[in-house]
Amino acid sequence: MKLTQLSVFLENRPGRLRELCETLSGEGINITTLSLADTEKFGILRLIVKDVDRARAALGAKGFVVKTSSVLAVEVSDEPGGLARILAVAEKGGLSVEYMYAFTIKSGGRGILVFRFDDTDKAIAALQAAKVNVLSSVDLFARV
Amino acid sequence: MMRDLWNDRENLFHPAAATDFLAAPSLRRIQLQRLRATVERAYRNVPLTRGRMDALGMKPDDVRTLDDVRRLPFTVKTDLRDTYPYGMFASPMSEVVRLHASSGTTGKPIVVAYTQDDIDVWRNVMVRSFAAAGLGASDIIQNAYGYGLFTGGLGAHYGAEALGATVIPISGGNSERQVMVMRDFGSTAMCCTPSYFTHLIEVAESMGVVWKDIPLRAGIFGAEPWTEGMRKFIQDRTGIRAYDIYGLSEIIGPGVGIECSEQAGLHIFEDHFLLEIVDPKTDAAVPDGGEGELVLTTLSKQAMPMIRYRTHDITRVIAEPCPCGRTIRRIARIGRRSDDMFIIRGVNVFPSQVEAALLAVESTVPHYQIVLTREGGLDQMEVRVEVTADVFGDRVRELETLEAKLAKSVEHTLGIRVGVRLVEPNTIERSQGKAKRVLDKRNG
Repeated sequence: MKLTQLSVFLENRPGRLRELCETLSGEGINITTLSLADTEKFGILRLIVKDVDRARAALGAKGFVVKTSSVLAVEVSDEPGGLARILAVAEKGGLSVEYMYAFTIKSGGRGILVFRFDDTDKAIAALQAAKVNVLSSVDLFARV
Repeated sequence: MMRDLWNDRENLFHPAAATDFLAAPSLRRIQLQRLRATVERAYRNVPLTRGRMDALGMKPDDVRTLDDVRRLPFTVKTDLRDTYPYGMFASPMSEVVRLHASSGTTGKPIVVAYTQDDIDVWRNVMVRSFAAAGLGASDIIQNAYGYGLFTGGLGAHYGAEALGATVIPISGGNSERQVMVMRDFGSTAMCCTPSYFTHLIEVAESMGVVWKDIPLRAGIFGAEPWTEGMRKFIQDRTGIRAYDIYGLSEIIGPGVGIECSEQAGLHIFEDHFLLEIVDPKTDAAVPDGGEGELVLTTLSKQAMPMIRYRTHDITRVIAEPCPCGRTIRRIARIGRRSDDMFIIRGVNVFPSQVEAALLAVESTVPHYQIVLTREGGLDQMEVRVEVTADVFGDRVRELETLEAKLAKSVEHTLGIRVGVRLVEPNTIERSQGKAKRVLDKRNG
């Protein structure tokens, strides 16, 4: 159920994000979705790609600091209250959301969001118990 | 996890190291003979030295005891610039077999010369250096000091070959290849700057190297000041022993002194180099144990004798005998230079203080640079620290916490407010593998 996310340290410096994208495109790696967290001095780019190992190696070879972490791809109804329902499940399960971002893909009136919870395993259990669809990477990339 | 601890007193005694154990009276006698010959040679052949001695009314014969060295004029770095390129040579070019030069980041480099005898002396002190660090004929020494005009590469190379070890003359740079060679060739010792080795640690680990699975057991690290904190970082992380080697091109290159297995101060090869400690402000002699500037006089050099060369390196003599049995004296490791101190908002700061403060924060990284700027008439200090996979995660909060911890630690040490900025790996400028620790942009 867990999805491997790459996070990359980025200095706030012109052209750096472009260099990162070019490194991935040079390897023929498509970015499925991403989110950029930034502060005044630096940023953290979080990426979902299909071929995690190859992306990690390519970025590492170009001198980027790359770490992996576990996130969940959660199906959310694309209607008012859809996200609120997921968050209520998380709250009830005593989970906190570290951050979240969205996929551009949709299927059957449902959107997919990437969640980083403080406790991934506990989150899977809580969401599944509440009949929320947590996508495996196979399911996810089948839809991309 | 310190593995395979060997000891240079037991089975790896190298014959060339015998001089390290000379009885003190013999050593002092050799020093005096050689000092007199060196002063005579410099007076006869180097106009600058002769002019300064004449101005003091001194003749070479006035040097009758070792203490008389203190009456001789100093030589400073600008003397070598002013006489560029060959003005300090005491041998005709027909006898000079090698030239080296400093990296010369500002203006003209400094040129140094060697006769064949000088090269032999250099090789001898480097063999003794490796032997003191417990290396021998069965070692595979990866020499990542730069080959070329820089003295580090060839100096270590000749010494390692004469030791009978296997030398890998890989020179500096290309970190992935360094790691590949280290792993595949089974290097047992690495020669490079400590800052470059800390970089190699990151690269090696990202390439999947497990330290206990490779035979590397020692590092001969020098060419820049470093701290005990850095040694601890390297040793704890990799299980190798990290030895501090000292030298400077103006004197001979690497091999002026090195730590023995005690790792408690650097033995100076006193049969070839006469050491003094002086007060950097008053030039007065500092008694044993007191801190001051290291001043060196070469005792064997022919092509370029150096009389009382001001190294700007701050240290003290450790007069107590070393448990290793060497009679040549030790100096404390050099953590700072009298000329790398900077003043910010009235506070005197040495980069080594900042390094120690950074390393005091758990899990931090030793790649850093201090940037000084002036904004609205007020001096600002920013410490740039390279981020590594160890400290980086996907959460912003973790990095902000780290920044705050580093800033607090430095502020606590220096008593002034500083900024800390996390930067990407390898973005801090390095020259000849030496980290440039201070970037002062306050003037201009």
